[in-house]
Amino acid sequence: MSSDLTDLYQHVILDHNRRPRNRGRIPTANRVAHGDNPTCGDQCSVFLRLEGDRIADISFDGSGCAISQASASLMTTQVKGKTAAEARALYDHFHDIVTTGREPEEISDVAAFAGVHAFPARIKCATLGWHAFLNALKDDPAPATTENTPD
Amino acid sequence: MNSWKNIRDDFPILNQEANGHPLVYLDNAATTQKPRAVIDALSRFYERDNANVHRGLHTLSMRATAGYEGARARVAAFVNAAAPEEIVFTRGTTESINLVAASWGGANLKPGDVILLTEMEHHSNLVPWQLVAKRTGATLRFVPVNGDEGLLDLPSLDRLLTPEVKVFAFTHVSNTLGTINPAAALCARARNAGVVTVVDAAQSIGHMPVDVRAMDCDFLAFSGHKMAGVTGIGALYGRRALLDAMPPWQGGGGMIAHVDFLESRWKPAPERFEAGTPNFGDAVALGAACDYLDGLGRAEIQRHGAALGRRAYEVLSGIPGIRLLGPRGERAALVSFSFADVHAHDVVTFADQDGIALRGGHHCNQPLMKKLGLTGTTRASFFVYNTEKEIEVLAASLRRTVKFFRG
Ligand SMILES: Cc1ncc(COP(=O)(O)O)c(C=O)c1O
Repeated sequence: MSSDLTDLYQHVILDHNRRPRNRGRIPTANRVAHGDNPTCGDQCSVFLRLEGDRIADISFDGSGCAISQASASLMTTQVKGKTAAEARALYDHFHDIVTTGREPEEISDVAAFAGVHAFPARIKCATLGWHAFLNALKDDPAPATTENTPD
Repeated sequence: MNSWKNIRDDFPILNQEANGHPLVYLDNAATTQKPRAVIDALSRFYERDNANVHRGLHTLSMRATAGYEGARARVAAFVNAAAPEEIVFTRGTTESINLVAASWGGANLKPGDVILLTEMEHHSNLVPWQLVAKRTGATLRFVPVNGDEGLLDLPSLDRLLTPEVKVFAFTHVSNTLGTINPAAALCARARNAGVVTVVDAAQSIGHMPVDVRAMDCDFLAFSGHKMAGVTGIGALYGRRALLDAMPPWQGGGGMIAHVDFLESRWKPAPERFEAGTPNFGDAVALGAACDYLDGLGRAEIQRHGAALGRRAYEVLSGIPGIRLLGPRGERAALVSFSFADVHAHDVVTFADQDGIALRGGHHCNQPLMKKLGLTGTTRASFFVYNTEKEIEVLAASLRRTVKFFRG
């Protein structure tokens, strides 16, 4: 098994893929957005309960590769309880990690996604759930698609 | 006669490593690799003969025109068309089908008419018909596909071929399932019902004998790049009488007999459908691809592909948890499969690390995937240079992948 590959499929990613957190639809959601990647058919819906500026609850549902599913799962655990601005900052941080491969200084599960950087075709998989989330936050009714978002 | 013995040496690209392993190229349904003979024909044309065709009176132009028209005759012979004029050069299968849908469909379809397709069509034999249906008021109808075995529900065909059906467009070989449809029988049943037939031969043209007169189809579409030719060139075969009665679908130079400010008259087929400077360089290379494949023998190519398809089905069926799609019996040179617990894209990424090129996803066949309850499959597709040993390499890689994900 190549080291690039084990970097890509780290334990954290496999774990979130096997046992996704916050999966399914939360009945109290007041925001919903859907994301899809037309080139590979991956799909992700994000359900959000926004109270004021705070993400009181969040879940996701969808189908796709281990990277996209694990990323969406980890994303929900990260942004739950955060304000919208904090969550956006987390996305910027995540985006930086997957596009540059730079591991964050603090110890964090998102560091597992640094390996994605060596597989440019998979960056869209890692950011799919995040794009759906950002659309839900904006209350943008248009589905997020990886085709008109930079990454 | 080309030789099968050192066939891999004919394809320079195969002699390389990918990610530190010998390249195992199993994405031939997407595009095949090109033999030296085709690459050489292309460079020879640009080194010796290049000039615009049909217009010039100088030596090179005449040579280029002879090369282009020679390629047309060669392609006509390759599919056993009655005359070179029955071959329209296009960019490939997609453009060929769009041509038929726009030109024949636009002139012949009206509200209430039905376009009959099958549930296993590639998007390129579905979307052009959706477009013309919208324009003309015709509607679409589909021959069902039966379950994972992926065979067309033939008994339903007679019920579906009602008088409203004007055209039946279907794929000869499914790029997702590996099903080989009985094209001649389907065309015969359509013909009895007075229905025009369009055959998508993208996946059969490079893999088996394709004879438009034996098949008795009205139109047949294919791409050069899936039959050892280069990208950017393909053809539409059309029955002469039908082509001659069809209006142009694009206007420009090369397709007009006479132009006035307000009106023009068209040349006959095939020029009528080839507006603008045609892709003569790639057409010449396509002629060389026809020579190469005929040199190997098309029946022999079919036997080789069928044997690999069968062997792959057998070998992969031993992998725990695999779901194999497509017919158990006779199948084309590809296998398509999925795992409930490992996504196709993860499989493809892992195989790539072992030097194996696979395709994962919906294969431009989203409605069928949905019907089968799948979001995608992984596909291994073979061509003349693939070997049984490569199937073993693939199986070993897949076993490691599923083990990794199952922990
Ligand atoms: C069955 C089938 N039809 C049509 C096409 C489209 O061919 P092209 O993209 O060369 O136009 C393909 C290519 O994948 C195919 O497999």
